[in-house]
Amino acid sequence: MLRYTLLRIVGAIPTLLLVIVLAFLMVHAAPGGPFDDERALPPEIEANIAAAYHLDEPLPKQLLRYMGGLLQGDLGPSYRYRDYSVNELIGVGFPYSLRIGASAMALALLVGVGAGTIAALRQGTLLDRVVMGFSMIGISIPVLVVAPVLVLLLAVKLHWLPAGWSETGGLRHYLLPVITLALPQIAYIARLTRASMIDVLSRDFIRTAYAQGLGTATVVRVHALKPAMLPVLSYMGPAIAAILTGSVVVEEIFGIPGLGQFFIGGALNRDYTLVLGIVVFYATLIIALNLLVDILYGVIDPRVRYR
Amino acid sequence: MSSLRYLPLLVLLSLATISGCTDRSAVTANTLQRAIPTDPETLDQHKARTTQAADILRDVSEGLVSYSPDGELVPAATTSWDLADDGLTYTFHLREDAKWSNGDPVIAEHFVAGVERLIDPETAAFYAEFLSDVSNIEAADDLTLVLTLRRPTPYLLSLLTHPATFPIHTPSLAEHGDGFARPGKFVSNGAYVLDAWVPGSVVSLRRNEHYWNNAATSIDKVNYHILVQDSSELNRYRTGELQITSTVPPDNFAQVQAELADELHVSTYLGVYYYGFNLSRPPFKDNPELRQALSMAIDREQLTTKVTGRGEAPAYSWVPPGANNYEPPALSYSGMTQAERNRVARNLYKAAGYGEDNPLQIELRYNTSDTQRRVAVAIQSMWKETLGVETTLVNEEFQVLLANIRQGDITQVFRSSWIGDYDDAHAFLKILESDNPANSPGYESEEFDSLMQRAAIQTDLDSRRLYLEEAERVMLADHPAIPIYFYVSKHLVSPEIEGWGDNVLDYHYSQHLSFKAAQ
Amino acid sequence: MSGNRTIKVTGTLLLLITVMALVGPWINPNDYMTMDLDRILRSPSAAGMHWFGTDGLGRDLFVRTMHGIRVTMLVAIVASLVSLVIGVAYGAIAGFVGGRVDAVMMRLVDTLYALPFIFFVILLMVAFERNFLLIFVAIGAINWLDMARIVRGQTLSLREREFVEAARLTGVSAARIIFRHIAPNLMGIVIVYVTLTIPQAILVESFLSFLGLGVQEPQTSLGALVDAGVNQMERAAFTLLIPATLLAAILMCFNFLGDGLRDYFDARHSQ
Repeated sequence: MLRYTLLRIVGAIPTLLLVIVLAFLMVHAAPGGPFDDERALPPEIEANIAAAYHLDEPLPKQLLRYMGGLLQGDLGPSYRYRDYSVNELIGVGFPYSLRIGASAMALALLVGVGAGTIAALRQGTLLDRVVMGFSMIGISIPVLVVAPVLVLLLAVKLHWLPAGWSETGGLRHYLLPVITLALPQIAYIARLTRASMIDVLSRDFIRTAYAQGLGTATVVRVHALKPAMLPVLSYMGPAIAAILTGSVVVEEIFGIPGLGQFFIGGALNRDYTLVLGIVVFYATLIIALNLLVDILYGVIDPRVRYR
Repeated sequence: MSSLRYLPLLVLLSLATISGCTDRSAVTANTLQRAIPTDPETLDQHKARTTQAADILRDVSEGLVSYSPDGELVPAATTSWDLADDGLTYTFHLREDAKWSNGDPVIAEHFVAGVERLIDPETAAFYAEFLSDVSNIEAADDLTLVLTLRRPTPYLLSLLTHPATFPIHTPSLAEHGDGFARPGKFVSNGAYVLDAWVPGSVVSLRRNEHYWNNAATSIDKVNYHILVQDSSELNRYRTGELQITSTVPPDNFAQVQAELADELHVSTYLGVYYYGFNLSRPPFKDNPELRQALSMAIDREQLTTKVTGRGEAPAYSWVPPGANNYEPPALSYSGMTQAERNRVARNLYKAAGYGEDNPLQIELRYNTSDTQRRVAVAIQSMWKETLGVETTLVNEEFQVLLANIRQGDITQVFRSSWIGDYDDAHAFLKILESDNPANSPGYESEEFDSLMQRAAIQTDLDSRRLYLEEAERVMLADHPAIPIYFYVSKHLVSPEIEGWGDNVLDYHYSQHLSFKAAQ
Repeated sequence: MSGNRTIKVTGTLLLLITVMALVGPWINPNDYMTMDLDRILRSPSAAGMHWFGTDGLGRDLFVRTMHGIRVTMLVAIVASLVSLVIGVAYGAIAGFVGGRVDAVMMRLVDTLYALPFIFFVILLMVAFERNFLLIFVAIGAINWLDMARIVRGQTLSLREREFVEAARLTGVSAARIIFRHIAPNLMGIVIVYVTLTIPQAILVESFLSFLGLGVQEPQTSLGALVDAGVNQMERAAFTLLIPATLLAAILMCFNFLGDGLRDYFDARHSQ
């Protein structure tokens, strides 16, 4: 298993290289530079700025310089935030993105698995239909509609929750962003859980367990939940991607200083290094998470053998 | 159960991360919550370029002169100044009690160091040429600063309210180098000091105990919340999370006007929104008739009342009304009704060789934003209806649009704007001088340039003004660009706040504001 | 609902929406780009034939909504076809050739899964001038990976079946086997996944519109209409309600249709 892990890590290196080069080329292909402004600069000043950031060098040299920095863990200086390095900005932004992302995922798992299991146990009843109906609605209404509508209703009209995130605010400020982000995932996970739970519950070993006189709660908890979780676990990869996408919208609407907001701002302002840094950071993170999920999968399902 | 530990683990992990953010509800009653649309790129006064950075810098730093809430020039780090009879030598007498936030006295040498760093090409300051009218600056003694001008510069005092001209704490610069303006390091001389800055979220200021006029500062803390979406600002204002907004979203303006009329502050602002023509390429090269036709066919009244609808003034001149000691001339047709303008426009359009069978086909480029989109769609429709012009809208990132305008290879008509850095017509007219890097249409007129040069050497304010007005008249007749409307500043200001004043520069120093005494 | 009924109901609904989007602009006298500044944000009414009201520039929202549905559907379907073509070709080749090639190709898919694709889509939209083609390619490029995996799995099992074996023994070329024998047998699974990819593509399109990176004015899409509606929801709720309902309905229909088709093919498969 150690060997497998090591192999996977080595295998990830070409991917990362590909990501870096692709992102680097795309960012630099974009017309417009980071220091363009309506208040055009005198050529001499412009040349000085370009030189300070090595923007006057040929592209391959800039790429090599960037790679060299990466090897030392240095993502370079931000062009937009001139007092900050990209490492610092990711250090600021990632904890926020992680907090809302992980909380949304946890909420989605708790509610999604719970609702899916209940629906499976009550298959065909009104309750099942209500749960599945809601989950279909959850899948079908985009975050960019849900978020502003919830803000208008719960914050502006009813004053139950704050409308936006605040540095000094407490948990209350996380509720709306996390719920908004979790909703579609709750829906997906509920549907997945329901389908796989129905499948598992019809298997022989479950009947045997019932025959032993165990209660429904025990049967589900001890015997059914684990195998029924496998499809949900494989969904974690796409779920992380979906949460990343959703977090861009949610951060933008609620004003959370996460990486999504930095990315959009960076892309629009040609902050080359910030954009690249976030892409590299997320690619590394996703590769690591996928690896973790694969290993977890093996732990839960011993039939999976590591190649 | 035991083997399922991993899922609860994930849940626990995230609960742990969420609980890591405890409720730091340290929001005291005496904290002002205001909004800015983007982060300042830096609080280094010489590397900063946006109005957001300048807004914050005016709170934490102080120059020689400053503005009152109503927009009157007032002494700041000075007690008084004298202007020699030749109109070229200013002598500023600094305050004895002016102090930096670490207690050091503010001396004339700090102003000299600031200007030297500003113009040093190594600094690569965005406003490097801001003081190009100044030939020499020197400290006669610790409290006397002498500024010599190349030519009479009536707007000099206005320039000196800009943070690029503020003093610099030389010991911090020596110690920290370019990172001197970061939280924890930044030594400043204004009413506030930088407390914290979470990029993308908030810039927090606290009272500067060493400020010479600290007794007059009422509000202890100021939080500038960075809110990219203008709808977030409105939402937060309505929930009481903000006391001052930086704008009002266009779609909600009518509603705000109806429901929050007493809290809405709309004021004229030194900024012109215009469409530029690329004068180096067909069809607009050497074709002033066609340019005039397109300009006349835009119904600015309809546009400002129905499309932008936030109190903007229709523009028939280049320099906004309200600029100091200036009466902008108007476009020749400003007195006509729109129907008359349309008729003349159609004739000019035909004279330029276009018509129903041979419509003008152009691309209109604008940057991605709701307001730009609405204006572009409306103008496309007006040109279509009045003249039959086939306009293709091209929506681009701001940086892409700027690059395209500068290259001038593919642009035809493009959206742009100009905000005055100081309160003078010169701030607007100078950008159309043929060698100015900000001359987006590529306007070249010997007559205009020579009038501008003659204006520059006038010592008499009235004759200077006449030359500038004549220059604008010449420029308007050439139609290098279509002035569309003049900006207005729009803020929601909570009724708890006192001391707010509307002014053309849209400067609102936090030190002038206070909370109404609790009843 | 049984699988068959789901397919019929959702399929009919989608057909109705599509027909409405195609025919709607013909039966309404307004066009999608003419503005009327004297009729801004009018509520839906028969007056002026503004059945869905007017937008912030006084343009007719019925015709614009129909136009938006067309654009959204077009973007979603073409993007899904792009992912279909890439995914099926890739998956079929990997599965059919097998062995080392298969291992390498699938490892590449695994690694591509690790890319934060949405960030690349944003970069793509920012870096190049926006046009339909780019949106198709960007969205299609996100979704082909799933398709490649599924098709490869199916191909692997098909490869072992007698009729493929027989064709191979009689000397039929590999390309011919893939196109004549394998591809037709992939139809079921492919149709199911295309149906499920379309709603994903619609969501990405609306996400791009939210960021202002969608189609150029005066063109519009359901995503762009919803985004505009969100900003105007307090003043004119119908500008959000109508396009959001249609968007949700289309997404829901495709999701149900995909589920129904999967049940249908599963059932046929097990017979």
